[in-house]
Amino acid sequence: MAGSTPASPSADAATPPQLSLAAESWRRFRKHKLAVISMFILGALVLAVVAGPFVWRVPINEIDFTAKLQGPSWHHPLGTDDLGQDILARLIYGGRISLSVGLAAMAVALLVGVLIGAMAGMASGRVDAGLMWLTDLFLSLPQLPLLLLLIYLFRDTLKAAFGAEGGVFIMVVAVIGGLRWMPVARLVRAQFFSLREKEFVEAARALGAGRARLVARHILPNAMGPVIVAGTIDVASAIIAESTLSFLGLGFPPDVPTWGRVLFDAKDYLDIAPHWAIFPGAAIFLAVLSINFIGDGLRDALDPRRVI
Amino acid sequence: MNAPAPLLSVRGLKKYFPIKGGIFSREIDRVHAVDGVSFDIAEGETLGLVGESGCGKSTTGRCVMRLIEPSEGEIWFQNRNVTVLDGEELRAIRRDIQIIFQDPFASLNPRHTVAGIVGEALLIHRLAKTRRDVEDRVVELLETVGLQAGHLRRFPHEFSGGQRQRIGIARALAVKPKLIVCDEPVSALDVSVQAQVINLLEDLQEKFGLTYLFIAHDLSVVEHISNRVAVMYLGRIVEIARARDLYDNPRHPYTEALLSAVPIPDPSLKRTRIKLEGDVPNPINPPTGCHFHTRCPIAEPRCSETAPPLKQGADGHWVACHLRG
Repeated sequence: MAGSTPASPSADAATPPQLSLAAESWRRFRKHKLAVISMFILGALVLAVVAGPFVWRVPINEIDFTAKLQGPSWHHPLGTDDLGQDILARLIYGGRISLSVGLAAMAVALLVGVLIGAMAGMASGRVDAGLMWLTDLFLSLPQLPLLLLLIYLFRDTLKAAFGAEGGVFIMVVAVIGGLRWMPVARLVRAQFFSLREKEFVEAARALGAGRARLVARHILPNAMGPVIVAGTIDVASAIIAESTLSFLGLGFPPDVPTWGRVLFDAKDYLDIAPHWAIFPGAAIFLAVLSINFIGDGLRDALDPRRVI
Repeated sequence: MNAPAPLLSVRGLKKYFPIKGGIFSREIDRVHAVDGVSFDIAEGETLGLVGESGCGKSTTGRCVMRLIEPSEGEIWFQNRNVTVLDGEELRAIRRDIQIIFQDPFASLNPRHTVAGIVGEALLIHRLAKTRRDVEDRVVELLETVGLQAGHLRRFPHEFSGGQRQRIGIARALAVKPKLIVCDEPVSALDVSVQAQVINLLEDLQEKFGLTYLFIAHDLSVVEHISNRVAVMYLGRIVEIARARDLYDNPRHPYTEALLSAVPIPDPSLKRTRIKLEGDVPNPINPPTGCHFHTRCPIAEPRCSETAPPLKQGADGHWVACHLRG
């Protein structure tokens, strides 16, 4: 027994109650006030767009020219647009699409980015050079013409396979996510390069850990902090990209009131009906901001080095 | 060297790191990190490996367990040639050879608990069946290195440097290795903690019959723990001898200079310092002949022409010098 040389007892005093990793992360997440508030806001937004139509039963496309461009009132809490359509109903309906496009596109971008970045970071040499060449190629592509091309090529096939809305949804998510993975890939690759040389990774290698184990247990978890933050920013840009597509008539059909679409429709009336632009703008702003804060909170909560 | 077959036998080990450049990533130069190193370690022995930073000691240690692929040379462990092993065999050899790292802050995964860090080896090598078994074994290991079961769920950042190094030692011990490469295990620690960790390593050696390759640049630490000491200069071993012998009677001029630089904790004692001129030459372009001839106080013309071989002198004292054979 090597008990003759015990470690200093300083760390033994005041042992905190032992928590599982998940409980510990949750405890740490709760310390991040903004993240918790943001979670409630995002939760409220999600609840509103999911359950809203059952509560607020005004149809989204009921045209009423006598009530056009009205400000908020009891009858139309968020006012009406130039066709007298109820903005609240439209935002509730459009939020479903905007939020799910944002989250799904982020998932696609993260998945592809992490995959390519990890492969490049682990392989190095020729494979790395090839993958980074591909990344640069994607970065240098003019995105709008490419979007046009992709959508003309695949819209009908996808519509036929998944129905009008489902097909467009898959297409929009794939196109937005597929053109946004490059920064993530570069980030992940850079993280991998620095982590690969760390002594704890070498120690795992010395213990006989295989490549998969090194990546899954040691490198990737330590690389995820900045990736999570990049992912939350991607949600924002995906929501905005979707509205660009809608504006060009390439995304969802013009009668589908996604947040971005409503915002674009409102731009010509900014001086006489500012509420029309303010409410969808606020919805995008709140969603994006709260997702960013949640990302911040997650990064801190999942990093045990940070004392909170 | 010794009567029974040595546990580890390194022959003509070389490691060159290519320097790539140009548009086609051609090799334009190479760093001669380890340039023909040979030594043996007997079972239960501690071989100290000393030299200044950049002389290739850590590279040698990592080559021994194939964390770095050697460029040339052979490494025999228990009569198996480690250099040709592959896949499952290589994994198996890593149960026998383990490593303790220099920086206890970089060598533990910050996201894993102590239980996860120490228990990982058990999972990789399937040395424990159930989670309960893993935990029991980890607690046993922690107690062996002077930590407690209460530390199981803690993260590395909650520990002091010395405690972290103990976690690193427990991790290395988990697979019941025969040889442990200690890569400057105490250089990053406070002096008082250094002594604790050195004592722990000695206790463990006695208890488990471990063999150490102890890499350090602190000569007094090495003297304390080693049976024999090898001195490296610019990728080559210049002298190997029993620790006492080397310290009392250094033969190579580099060893002499190195030892004269060790401070004596007694101000009334004066020691003649041998001051070496210049810096360590660039390992990309090491000097011809004896690597040390550019700074050697006794160099002769032949020293710059041929490299002196490591020759055995009286009772196992090996020196690589034309003049001090």
